Amino acid sequence: MDHWWQKDMSGCGLSGLINTDGARVSGAVIRKSIALMHDRGNGQGGGLAAYGIYPDHKDYYAFHIMYTEEPGKPARDLELAQKETEAYLDKNLAVKLGEDIPVKITDKVRSHPILRRYFVKVRPDKLAAQGFGMSEDDFIVSTVMHINDKIDGAFVFSSGKNMGAFKGVGFPEDIADFYMLENYQGYIWTAHNRFPTNTQGWWGGAHPFTLLDWSIVHNGEISSYGINRRYLEMFGYKMALHTDTEVVTYIFDLLVRRHGLPVQAALQVAAAPFWKDVDRMPPEEKEACEALRMVYGSALLNGPFAILFGHTHGLIGINDRIKLRPFVAATKGKTVYMASEESAIREIEPDLEKVWAPRAGHPVMVELDKGVA
Amino acid sequence: MNIVNPPEFRVKVDQEKCRKCKRCLQSCSFGVYEFHDRVIPDNNKCVACNRCVQTCPEDAITINESPNVYKDHPNWNLQLRKNVWKQAETGGVLLTGMGNNLPYPIVFDGLVVDACQVTNPSIDPLREPMELRTFLGRKPDKVSVEYVNGKLRLKEKLPPQIRLETPIIFAPMSFGALSLNAHKALAMAAKDSGTVYGTGEGGLHADLLEYGPWTIVQCASGRFGVHSEYLNSGVAVEIKIGQGAKPGIGGHLPGEKIGQEISKTRMIPIGTDALSPAPHHDIYSIEDLRQLIYAIKEATNYKPVSVKIACVHNVAAIASGIVRAGADIVYLDGFKGGTGAAPTMIRDHVGIPIELALAAVDDQLRKEGIRNQASIVAAGGIRSSADVVKAIALGADACAIGTAALLALGCSLCQKCYTGNCAWGICTQKPELTRRLDPEWGAMRLKNLLRGWSHEIKEFLGALGVNSVESLRGSRERLRGVGLDAQTLEILGVKPAGR
Repeated sequence: MDHWWQKDMSGCGLSGLINTDGARVSGAVIRKSIALMHDRGNGQGGGLAAYGIYPDHKDYYAFHIMYTEEPGKPARDLELAQKETEAYLDKNLAVKLGEDIPVKITDKVRSHPILRRYFVKVRPDKLAAQGFGMSEDDFIVSTVMHINDKIDGAFVFSSGKNMGAFKGVGFPEDIADFYMLENYQGYIWTAHNRFPTNTQGWWGGAHPFTLLDWSIVHNGEISSYGINRRYLEMFGYKMALHTDTEVVTYIFDLLVRRHGLPVQAALQVAAAPFWKDVDRMPPEEKEACEALRMVYGSALLNGPFAILFGHTHGLIGINDRIKLRPFVAATKGKTVYMASEESAIREIEPDLEKVWAPRAGHPVMVELDKGVA
Repeated sequence: MNIVNPPEFRVKVDQEKCRKCKRCLQSCSFGVYEFHDRVIPDNNKCVACNRCVQTCPEDAITINESPNVYKDHPNWNLQLRKNVWKQAETGGVLLTGMGNNLPYPIVFDGLVVDACQVTNPSIDPLREPMELRTFLGRKPDKVSVEYVNGKLRLKEKLPPQIRLETPIIFAPMSFGALSLNAHKALAMAAKDSGTVYGTGEGGLHADLLEYGPWTIVQCASGRFGVHSEYLNSGVAVEIKIGQGAKPGIGGHLPGEKIGQEISKTRMIPIGTDALSPAPHHDIYSIEDLRQLIYAIKEATNYKPVSVKIACVHNVAAIASGIVRAGADIVYLDGFKGGTGAAPTMIRDHVGIPIELALAAVDDQLRKEGIRNQASIVAAGGIRSSADVVKAIALGADACAIGTAALLALGCSLCQKCYTGNCAWGICTQKPELTRRLDPEWGAMRLKNLLRGWSHEIKEFLGALGVNSVESLRGSRERLRGVGLDAQTLEILGVKPAGR
């Protein structure tokens, strides 16, 4: 058991949008929104996630992998890390395509890791060899865990289908320019501007954090990180990236994918209703709430946060149980916006139909229309 | 000739202040005072329980350490010399009460707690909700729920849990070791505070049946007072394997303490010694424990079963076995835990500290992926709300307090529990002494203690920026070590301060 890790801390700004009719818009839109909240970050990390961007490869898991030095670890031959990783991928997965992620060097983002993407499928023979009860998703998760934990210098930062995360050290608008996100079209976009307080930003530590098609951007500090981490370790998760957002990602993977909780119930675990409110519920609902809290108390995310979860079918925003971070939502036609500041939403849609500040611990859950994506 | 052990204390009565009311003669249950025209103390009998000091209306009594000096020797402190003199006289085993009193390092005192500054806000527990509610019992790996017409519904019920409104319970102390009034005070306080007390192994007096929902009944090696109704009268059953103050040692309640009430409750004849064997004679290995656990579950329609052990060298592996044997709660009793009577050498030299045992057990259960299958109660050296907070951060679900509870009832830690002369009416069966303890007064003081500690725990949580105790539980990241060696820190899973 490793007790000696160091945790990153940061404050942040975030913005997201979803077109429930599945209409795809370019990354330039969300870039404009997050750029308005420039001062919520300090240039030590920015990133974006987009859904619907790889329609030509939509049945393939899109692995975004960075080969980079990790703070606090000995220097590493990155080309060797790449070779080792690619050999591992070739051996365990069917790789349809492996290529450099297109980037544009600017005066804002001058150096960068080796950035590659791979479109892969799970091989039936390899899956069968894992034994009974393993799904393709399980196989992909264990592949991601293996690379992040066992191959020094290699980090999978995106692994879902028809989606991708783009992140790095810099302000998010500069990162968007660096990855040329104006060339991507998506129906869900999230963006993140990071203000780490105790570490030099590094490329792996920027948001979003992803696992399969889940992507998370997060403003806040998980004060319960210590126990959340130890709880996840019991289920085999390896915390490779030292940030509290990583535990948020894995907790949702555990609760929703592995334990089969409805997403709303999983959100209730993360931002549990207070006992004073549970005690007043009708008996059956109270019993269910009590059970979730008793069993998943260690997965409660305590401390200030506003989080955006993107997934293939929708976008979710949620605050901590006493709303210690700003979080605003708004609608216009088929589009729902969520951001740290109302101004960031009005920057891209001045004429909003409805604007509100969601209540503490009450999620805003938006699903795509049926038949879309 | 006899070598008389020198008195430990010197009692001084200010004869000018003394009004000769003789209350000290009544108060002292150790026979220190005589009256011949004036009050004359016998220093040899004084145990410094301070009952006389508290009751003297004129504030005329002071008790000091004896100024008698023996030549100093670094290898032979005076206590060791006294032990030898005493045993040379009697050929007996040295007896004592309360917890280990040798100056071992106290690990809790080398741990400090985190707080929020800037990057996350601290929370004010007087103005925001702050939750201490705790459930003891087996938790499944996952919960199965569904939404029916938009309402959350549980699909599979959970095993029974003990609900606590604060993560502090009263440690099991038997009726026999304690007076009935002390037991009543504990039961009443547990009820009013939303927590539980343990019966210890002395059975459950009929007067206390009404406190069943706040009672954990015990089944120990002597099986005193164990019958079907007893097992079903509490919220859980505890199998006591060992006690922190005397690991591997049984118990002995002398016949003179077995009066009518204890006789009825323990189901043994008046005046007979109540002997608790060192082991359970039906548990010689782990598979036997499993049988007893399930026999009790069958007898109680599957109430939670707690297994209490003393913390010894291989505590982590033992605890793992206990969980796998079916226990719902593992009660860890550290070597500073108290006792009504124990051989001094055993009390002071056997067992390990709760802090290290707790950390090792929590780690082991997590490594094996079975931490959720049992709750951990930490006991044996919990002295303050700070100790509770540190124990919870190390991985305890709740802490049990014994000595602290007795202190609240007036105990002054004179460590003479085994004599049956407790001047405060706590650890005695003499009617003239037990009547000194009013159960309602005692319950009020115990409730005050729990309320004070609970408020303090909320302050800790607020400073840590979390609003529920689950977010501290096992969160060793919120602790740092000061002055602890690297190996100790490694076992605790705690970083040194500055890291």
